[in-house]
Amino acid sequence: MTPYEKLKLTRQNGRPTGIAFINGVIDDRVELHGDRRFAEDAAIISGIGSLDGMPVTYIAIEKGVDLATRMKTNFGCPKPEGYRKALRLMKQAEKFRRPVVCFVDTSGAYPGAEAEERGQGEAIAENIIEMLGLKTPTISVVIGEGGSGGALALCSSDRVYMMENAVYSVISPEGCASILWKDASRAEDAAQCLRITADDMKNFGVAETIIPENYEDFAATCAIIKKNLKDDLTMLLQKDDDTLLADRYARFRKFGIYEENGETKGTVSYTC
Amino acid sequence: MIFDKWIAAFTHEKLTCSACKKEFSVKELRKSHYICPECAKYMRIGGRERINQVVDKKSFEEFATGLSSVDFLEFPGYADKLTKAIDATGEDDAVICGHATVGGYPCAIFVMDSRFMMASMGSVVGEKITRTFEYATEHNIPVIGFTASGGARMQEGIISLMQMAKCSAAVKKHSTEGNLYITVLTDPTTGGVTASFAMQGDIILAEPNALVGFAGRRVVEQTTKSQLPDNFQSAEFILEHGFADAIVPREELNDTLATILKLHGKEQAAV
Ligand SMILES: [Zn+2]
Repeated sequence: MTPYEKLKLTRQNGRPTGIAFINGVIDDRVELHGDRRFAEDAAIISGIGSLDGMPVTYIAIEKGVDLATRMKTNFGCPKPEGYRKALRLMKQAEKFRRPVVCFVDTSGAYPGAEAEERGQGEAIAENIIEMLGLKTPTISVVIGEGGSGGALALCSSDRVYMMENAVYSVISPEGCASILWKDASRAEDAAQCLRITADDMKNFGVAETIIPENYEDFAATCAIIKKNLKDDLTMLLQKDDDTLLADRYARFRKFGIYEENGETKGTVSYTC
Repeated sequence: MIFDKWIAAFTHEKLTCSACKKEFSVKELRKSHYICPECAKYMRIGGRERINQVVDKKSFEEFATGLSSVDFLEFPGYADKLTKAIDATGEDDAVICGHATVGGYPCAIFVMDSRFMMASMGSVVGEKITRTFEYATEHNIPVIGFTASGGARMQEGIISLMQMAKCSAAVKKHSTEGNLYITVLTDPTTGGVTASFAMQGDIILAEPNALVGFAGRRVVEQTTKSQLPDNFQSAEFILEHGFADAIVPREELNDTLATILKLHGKEQAAV
C-alpha cells in the first residue's frame, strides 16, 4: 500500500474507530463526560477502566461510524472543550497515579469559528505542555489518522504506538498539496513527500511500536495492544516521578535534524 | 513574492506600508517603531530590528548561532526556499535568540522573523527556542518570546510537528523551576506556534491588530459557512475572548516588559 492508500484506508467505512478500541482493550469501563468549563464534546470519549486489572484512564477520539454519529462527533475533530475534558481526566489520573491511554484518530482539531473563539490553539498548547509534565505514565496509540496539532494534543506521551496502517502527519496531504502545488488532488504525491506511515514514525523515533492489524480477528488485534500496554505501563509505573519526567523530556528533546556550524546534528538518524 | 519586494525596499533603506502604500525611510520608521506615520498600520519588523527596539542598548548577546536547516526529506522546493530566505534576510533561519537586559533586568529572548519562510517552525526554530528555555532555566531568568509564524514547517514532515512538543517540554521545565515566561504575540501568530509555546506564557501580551489564531481564516470560513467578523482572529478578538492578558502598543512595550520583569524581581539571582 502507498502512504496515500493507507491514509484512505484510515478514513474508510467499517474501519474500527475509537469506541471499538476502547471496547476491545479496556475492561470495567466507566465513561466520564464534560470539561467542567463549557460543554461535553462527543468527539472525545473518555473515562476510567482497567487493563487486566490495572486501573487506567482512557481517552479516545471518536470519528463516528455512520452519518448520525459522525455529525455528532464532527467527524472526529475535537473542539477546545474536548481537549479540556481530556486534560481534566489526565490531571485526575495524575492524582491517583493512574496511567493514561489515548487512542488517536483525527484529521485535525475542529477548525470552526466557535473553536477559535474558545481558544483551540490554547487548548492544544495546554494539553501538550501538561501532558509533558504529567506525573503518571502515558501511552498513545494512533489507530487511524494522526492529524497535526489536534493529534499531538493527545500524543505528547511516554510511548506512541502506531497501528500498522495508521498515519501521522504535520499537515493533511490534501492541505499540503494545495499549498505546495495549489492542487489538492495531488494529495497522493504530498503523502509520499511527507513520510506519514507507521514505518516512517518508527524510523524517526516518533513511535516505538507498530501494532499489526488483523481485522478478520479484531479481538486478536486488541489483545496485542492490551499486552503491549500492560507490559509498557508496568515498566513505566516502576519509575519514580523524576525519572519518568526526565525520560519523557529526553524522548522529545531529541527531535530535530539540522546543521550546526557545518556539522549535521540531531540524534534522529533518518535518510530517505 | 510580497516579501522580495519588501526586502528589496529594505536594502534601499525605504519601506512601503502595505496598507496605505506610502513609502518611508527606514530611519523615519525606526523612530515611529515601524508604525506607519501615515495610517498608523503596525508594519512587520525584522528580528534584529525588534531586538533593538526592545532590549537595553548594547545588552543583547546572541546565542545558538550557526544552526541551519537541512532538507532531510528532499522535499519539493524546500532547498530553494531556504536559499532564497537566507539570501533575502541574511539570517540562518526564522528565529534569533540570546540574552539581554530590559530595563536593567536580565532575560533570555527569542524573536521570530516572519520574513524568513513566514517563520514556519522546523528543526532549527524548535532547537533554538528550546535552547533559549534551557539557558534561561539554567540561569534562573525570565524568557521573553516574540512569536510570529505561519505554523509548523511542513517541509520537515512529522519532525516539524515534534518541535511543538520539544519546545513545550522546555517551557514546562522553565516554568516548574519558578521562572517567568512572557509571550508577545505579533502579526501573524498562527497554527502550530499558537498551539504550543505562543499560548504557554505566564503573561501573554499582543500587538494591536496582530493576527492570532489556530486554523487559517479560509478553512474556518469553509467550516462555519458564514461571514466572520472583521476582527476575527485579531489581537482584539482574542483579548475579548479571554486568551490574551493585554494588548500593548509598540511604543509602550519596552516599559511594560520592564515593569513586569521588575515585579518578578529575580535580578539578584541572575547571570
Ligand atoms: Zn500606512
